[in-house]
Amino acid sequence: MKIKVIVTPKNGVLDPQGKAIQQTLNSMNFIDVSEVRQGKYFEIETDLKDEKDAKKNVEDMCKKLLANLVIEDYKIL
Amino acid sequence: MKSSVIIFPGSNCDRDMDVALKKFGFKNKMVWHNDNVIPKSDLVVLPGGFSYGDYLRCGSIAAKSNIINSVIEFANKGGLVIGICNGFQILIETGLVTGALLRNKYLKFICKNIFVKANKTQNKYFNKIKKDILELHIAHNDGNYFCSQDDLNSMQDNDQIAVRYCDSNGEISENSNPNGSIQNIAGVFNKKKNILGMMPHPERVIDNCLSSNDGSYFFENLLSNMK
Repeated sequence: MKIKVIVTPKNGVLDPQGKAIQQTLNSMNFIDVSEVRQGKYFEIETDLKDEKDAKKNVEDMCKKLLANLVIEDYKIL
Repeated sequence: MKSSVIIFPGSNCDRDMDVALKKFGFKNKMVWHNDNVIPKSDLVVLPGGFSYGDYLRCGSIAAKSNIINSVIEFANKGGLVIGICNGFQILIETGLVTGALLRNKYLKFICKNIFVKANKTQNKYFNKIKKDILELHIAHNDGNYFCSQDDLNSMQDNDQIAVRYCDSNGEISENSNPNGSIQNIAGVFNKKKNILGMMPHPERVIDNCLSSNDGSYFFENLLSNMK
């Protein structure tokens, strides 16, 4: 089973890369773009058969390794 | 005094730290990250570099390596632990010190000498250093210190801000902030002040033939407190 996770910078945490991407998009005439936040996407292949168990396990992974909860939020899709 | 420098795959300031520690009289041992036990030490150093290629987040993979449990145990018993640059990032990822280190504000790898003001109250790292402003070296991409307002308040209350970026006159301002760190923070202590994490490299400036000799004050002071 594949579990997908998105990790993004928390609101209020400076995201210099997102800012640079936004400015570049603006300079490419995508003038509607007012903010970009850059995150990470994980696809985790697990041997667990039960989706609930698997997601619980992935949540543990997020807290312990995949995200730094001081600056990042995670979302299990 | 005995010290141990931990080597991770991708560490690149481990030898510099070894040279510095020995120059000032430490009996230093190099310890591989896959070992489980630190040799008997008075000081443990997590050196700078790019452990595990900075994958995931700087320091995050090293923070889960075999040796880290004994580093945490050593630190929790009050042992002196220093993390420089990537070592600071590793300390952050282990949770031994508070906060996070984000990408530098202007997205540039910064490699230059900077000036810092150190906190000299009740800690073994800077307490008796006579100079007020130290010229040290930084070389990092992710040194932009961040923590929540609550954490910042509590660290200020406990006097845990160890080092702040300033200019050559000691003025702490946005102009002397190389990477966007909140409050110009370049390094912090844990609550008990036995653990120091900082971005500047004292081990790179320990001789008059180098660009600065101010790192010497750091090592001399530390050693004098350990005798």
